[in-house]
Amino acid sequence: MIKLDNVTKKFPGMKIPAVKDLNLEVKEGDVCVLVGPSGCGKTTTMKMINRIHEPTEGKIYIKGEDALKMNPINLRLDIGYVIQEIGLFPHMTIEENVATVPNEKKWPKDKTDKKVDEMMTLVGLDPKIYRKRYPSALSGGQRQRVGVARAMVSDPPIMLMDEPFGAVDPITRARLQNEFLRIQERIEKTIVFVTHDIDEAIKMGDTIAVMREGKLIQHATPGDLLSAPADDFVADLVGRNRSIKRLHLIRIREILDDVNRIKPAPEDMPLDDVKKRIEDSDIRSVIVVDRDNKLKGIIGVNDLKRKTGEVAGDYCQKISDSVTDDATLNDALSVMLEMGEGYVAVVNEDDQYAGTITLGDLLNVVKEDN
Amino acid sequence: MLQNLYKLVLVPLFLVIVGVVIVIYTVNNPTDGLVARMLTYDNVIRALREHLMLMLVSMIGAITVGVLVGIMLSRPSLYYLGRGVENVVNVGQTIPSLAILALFFTWLGLGFRVAVFALFLYSILPILRNTFAGITSVDDSIIESAKGMGLNQFRILTRIELPLAFPIIIAGIRTAIVINVGAATLATFIGGGGFGDLIVTGLSVRRDMVIVTGAGLAALTAIILDYVIGQIEIRVVKWT
Ligand SMILES: Nc1ncnc2c1ncn2[C@@H]1O[C@H](COP(=O)(O)OP(=O)(O)O)[C@@H](O)[C@H]1O
Ligand SMILES: [Mg+2]
Repeated sequence: MIKLDNVTKKFPGMKIPAVKDLNLEVKEGDVCVLVGPSGCGKTTTMKMINRIHEPTEGKIYIKGEDALKMNPINLRLDIGYVIQEIGLFPHMTIEENVATVPNEKKWPKDKTDKKVDEMMTLVGLDPKIYRKRYPSALSGGQRQRVGVARAMVSDPPIMLMDEPFGAVDPITRARLQNEFLRIQERIEKTIVFVTHDIDEAIKMGDTIAVMREGKLIQHATPGDLLSAPADDFVADLVGRNRSIKRLHLIRIREILDDVNRIKPAPEDMPLDDVKKRIEDSDIRSVIVVDRDNKLKGIIGVNDLKRKTGEVAGDYCQKISDSVTDDATLNDALSVMLEMGEGYVAVVNEDDQYAGTITLGDLLNVVKEDN
Repeated sequence: MLQNLYKLVLVPLFLVIVGVVIVIYTVNNPTDGLVARMLTYDNVIRALREHLMLMLVSMIGAITVGVLVGIMLSRPSLYYLGRGVENVVNVGQTIPSLAILALFFTWLGLGFRVAVFALFLYSILPILRNTFAGITSVDDSIIESAKGMGLNQFRILTRIELPLAFPIIIAGIRTAIVINVGAATLATFIGGGGFGDLIVTGLSVRRDMVIVTGAGLAALTAIILDYVIGQIEIRVVKWT
């Protein structure tokens, strides 16, 4: 559907080309995500497809036709275009914004009206409420939706989207991504999607094209990219983030049974037994619990030197924070960092001690993953 | 609706009536014979006609030329020339209007046309500058998304750039009116006529009533013009 053939773009006055010898083919109905660090040429690549930028060398084919020989205005009218800044026209209502391309194509008014309604509903904006509003009266997420509706209204077979969900908060972004995937399932457009966020790329892409310094490093399905990264750069890009993402996905109770921690000391445990327990412990300390198995504190090796009493309860230090066992590993990590400790105590929903997670446990999870 | 009528018609009408009352009062209650000879209906109406002609002709010319040249200079290929012109304009604005008129007198001589031409040149400056600034300040991302959706240069200008620059252009026009009304009263020095005639002769014979009448009517003219332009702006710009 879209084919870039040895495309190079050198901006006047720039020493190195922004895009160099790029070959890329996007199949009909596929979402191809261009991903890579800022400045690597993703946007430039995308903008050559609708000829906002003209390639210095190479050819671009759209449905087998040479795009560089087509009339650029007609070419653009048939390619949906969403940019990160959204670029809504502030002096036009939402309705007028969405109707931009139909108006350029001189559609009859009733056809335009119907399509605008349909598009606004599709992206989750009630036309009855929003039709006559101006962009300034919309939230960031709503503007993104209008941007997408405006790009899709004339049913273009191809869409170009440059970090379309970049300007909204993470929660809204996740929702927009999910909605977009749902819509795409139905409409099956050929989409070139630019992002610098590898998580978004993995989530959105049928294929992912990893770019670096103007060159295409690897073009593969998300699965292949994760299992067989072409080089260290790609491995680094997907690997690092993937581990952290896994910390988000795993709940503490899922790994709690596998970590081998010594049993906590009851608060009335005699001193000698406590000493022995600490020596056996891999964190050189032991958690102290009360009769109801509730968290009371922790005793480290150094605490025993103070000789303040006979039983465990006399020596223990209070613990400033704990996590519940249904929190994620990432939550556990946050608490550890916040307390400046290498461990965190875990409690269950009844506030009873359930175990301890250490930094080492988290590292093991990350390592297994790689 | 009633509020619209009030704002659009009644306020200017009220201002006109104020002017008429001033004229009727002063013409019928001259402080002495000299004032009576100067402040006749004929004289006042002739001054009004000349004044309006001075202002309207020079303003219409300045708006037309200023907006067109401003648009031209805002094209990417002329952008740097535009920046240069913007600076020249800012300097030009600091030359006192009296000096401009004197300059034109030595160059083109006396008369209504010379006065109109001088006013026209002087009023172009803020309009040209604001048109250029208004168009070039439109966000790049807005232009780019328009271009990417298939609007050509001309459509981008008429559908996007000019509407978005409109409030700024209007602000330039209002500045021009303020300048124009001040300068128009000076036109009398090079035989341009207008309310300046009343003010200057009033000054030379030391008759306050004549001075105040001339100055008051000149001010009222400016206020009415500015008000009408402001109302047009409010009615056109609905999106802020
Ligand atoms: N219009 C332009 N003129 C000159 N250089 C540009 C232009 N657009 C982009 N570049 C340069 O090309 C390189 C790639 O930019 P871009 O494609 O925007 O990267 P990305 O979208 O991956 O962040 C950058 O070094 C950028 O500075
Ligand atoms: Mg970019």
